[in-house]
Amino acid sequence: MSPISIALIPLLPLASFLLLGLFGKRFFSKSGGIIGTLSLLMSTTLSLLTAYNYFFVSGKVDGVYQKIEVLKFTWLEFSPGVSVDMGLLLDPISVLMLVVVTIVSLMVHVYSLGYMKGEERFTTYYAFLSLFTFSMLSLVISTNIFQIYFFWELVGISSFMLIGFHFDRPSALAAAKKAFIVTRFADLGFLIGILILSFHAETLDFKTLIERLTTASPQLHSATAASFLGLSALTWGLLLVFMGGAGKSAMFPLHIWLPDAMEGPTPVSALIHAATMVVAGVYLVARLFPVFAISCPAALEVVAYVGAVSSLFAAVIACTQTDIKRVLAYSTMSQIGYMMFALGVSGYGGEHGLGFTASMFHLFTHAMFKALLFLGAGAVIHYVHSNEMGDMGGLRKKMPVTHLTFLIACLAIAGVPPLSGFFSKEEILTAAFHSNKLIYGVALFTAGLTAFYMFRLYFSIFWKKEYKDLHEDTKTQSEHHHGEAPFTMKLPLMILGVLAIVTGFIPFGEFVSSNGAALHSEFHLSLAIAPIAFGLVGIFIALRMYKSESTLPARVAGSFRGFYQSAYHKFYFDELYLFVTKRIIFNLIGRPAAWVDKNVVNGLVDASGLFAQDGSEELSVWQSGKVQAYGIWFLIGVIAMVVVFVFLTP
Amino acid sequence: MEIGLPHLLFVSTALFFIGAYGFLTRRNMITMLMAVELMLNAVNINFVAFNKYLWGGKLDGVFFTIFIIAIAAAETAVAIAIIIHIYRDHSNIDVEDADSLKF
Repeated sequence: MSPISIALIPLLPLASFLLLGLFGKRFFSKSGGIIGTLSLLMSTTLSLLTAYNYFFVSGKVDGVYQKIEVLKFTWLEFSPGVSVDMGLLLDPISVLMLVVVTIVSLMVHVYSLGYMKGEERFTTYYAFLSLFTFSMLSLVISTNIFQIYFFWELVGISSFMLIGFHFDRPSALAAAKKAFIVTRFADLGFLIGILILSFHAETLDFKTLIERLTTASPQLHSATAASFLGLSALTWGLLLVFMGGAGKSAMFPLHIWLPDAMEGPTPVSALIHAATMVVAGVYLVARLFPVFAISCPAALEVVAYVGAVSSLFAAVIACTQTDIKRVLAYSTMSQIGYMMFALGVSGYGGEHGLGFTASMFHLFTHAMFKALLFLGAGAVIHYVHSNEMGDMGGLRKKMPVTHLTFLIACLAIAGVPPLSGFFSKEEILTAAFHSNKLIYGVALFTAGLTAFYMFRLYFSIFWKKEYKDLHEDTKTQSEHHHGEAPFTMKLPLMILGVLAIVTGFIPFGEFVSSNGAALHSEFHLSLAIAPIAFGLVGIFIALRMYKSESTLPARVAGSFRGFYQSAYHKFYFDELYLFVTKRIIFNLIGRPAAWVDKNVVNGLVDASGLFAQDGSEELSVWQSGKVQAYGIWFLIGVIAMVVVFVFLTP
Repeated sequence: MEIGLPHLLFVSTALFFIGAYGFLTRRNMITMLMAVELMLNAVNINFVAFNKYLWGGKLDGVFFTIFIIAIAAAETAVAIAIIIHIYRDHSNIDVEDADSLKF
């Protein structure tokens, strides 16, 4: 494939962003969605062709998948060797991400044609979607760590704009700001991490950086020799880079923005906050994985524990939430935690690299079934006009397609064979089992919780009670039955449903592994029994509690009253952050800084202004307007200068 | 007695200070303008004199003088235009009365 056609994958969405963003309102107010979708359809086709070409034709040399820099040009050069390049890097994970991002984004584009129909800023919405897709695609094919940072911020800003899409709602505005500030705070760590790593590696280029920091080179020596607070510079760099990844991927304790981000339109949640942007952190760790695994296992251990804690923490909270999108948000956080600790427990190369493959595999399958879940939830919200579980129930007859696809996705995420989630989760658990028994236990328990809360959601939406429209009286007959959903919304559900079933059968280790060589992962029946059992138990408990209306859930919640309450309130993390920012940072740092600014900094500026004003008022007396007086003073001045320079200087 | 460079410089210096004195003491703007012309001509004499006695074979000083005369003429035209305007405004051309050009 020519570099141009690969470069077109991100550039087509950019073109549609510019077109719709600049001229959309005037010329394409009706056709904006079609234009965005068509350009993305072309991108998707190109990325599938690229993937085919890379995996089956040109990517492999001697049985190892190569990192191919298809295109690269220097954009900003700081010094010879250290430059910010823009380019296209093809390797198994970037090609995988290209496919995931374009497919999910295409599904969301098509879905939004129906979901956002009649929206006032319809074309603006598509412009933002295109901008996001462009940034995300460029992020995954970055050749340079600075390029990735660049697009990292661009996906952040497009996420900000899409969360705040309904900016007339104060809650959406607050959520957008929160998401932006929290991820931006994490990105500060990322930037410092980049600077530390590139300072020691003396390059910003991924290929060179990884090569220098994984082999015994002077750069690696300098990075491990320098230390700060007892940790080497390399560890600091990697941990700070991981902090950026954790912020974007909503890992504990930087997760607080993700549930609020559900204020955005549901298709946006599916695209950005479930399938693509939030896995950028996982992708980043995977991109630098050789450095983590070979040179700094301590940092990798941190990744593992943060991932495991996040996955359990989020799963517990998900069991108590009543807003269906928030349940899905916590579920996303939990599944990303899975991917993180899978990377964390992985080693480099061969059998030890199973965790890496499993993580990428789970990223792939999760993108499909989680996008499906969100789009299904969107269809339900579209029908019910509410996010609350209490307003739903008994929808299975009203929405047969949504019901079926949602069930598939729930089974997939619960890890029921033979759906996709089962295979990827089983691989992750196998990897964890072989390296860290504690994390294995946490993961197994989380798998059970996952099955429980997903089926709690499923039964509450589709079973439980007969559906009663709350707004029935106020609506006329024609307004009411707009049916399940338009075809544009059902089609993506069906496609993703099929993908959620079949993607599990891809022999993933053949294509994606930590060092590029094929990994033949074996299926261990003995290790598969435990997660299936946990999953089935979870489903069964959910079935007992939520299949029909009963007092059982309330009684169970009552018996764990304190714990239930704190989980319901997300373990008071929002309150804690508010306390820290409002009470401590604002009062102890913000207000003194404001005082200094107002009185000292501003005072100096004011003083210089006043000095100039007063001084010039004094001087203006001398300006008489009388030409001859000026002439005399001028003459006196000249004579004085002559005296000084001619007669007084030796 | 041979007329040499010092004589010419004496004439030009005298001319310059006569002009300066006139510029600083006269109240009539036209007279002030004439005084300025005297000062310019003092400079012209300097140019020509230095040209003749120091770089005899060259004409640079002479050319400067010709340019200064031309520009002085143009300046005079502008100055007279200004003076005419002041006269229309103040009904006289006394420089003491024309002092409104200030902050």
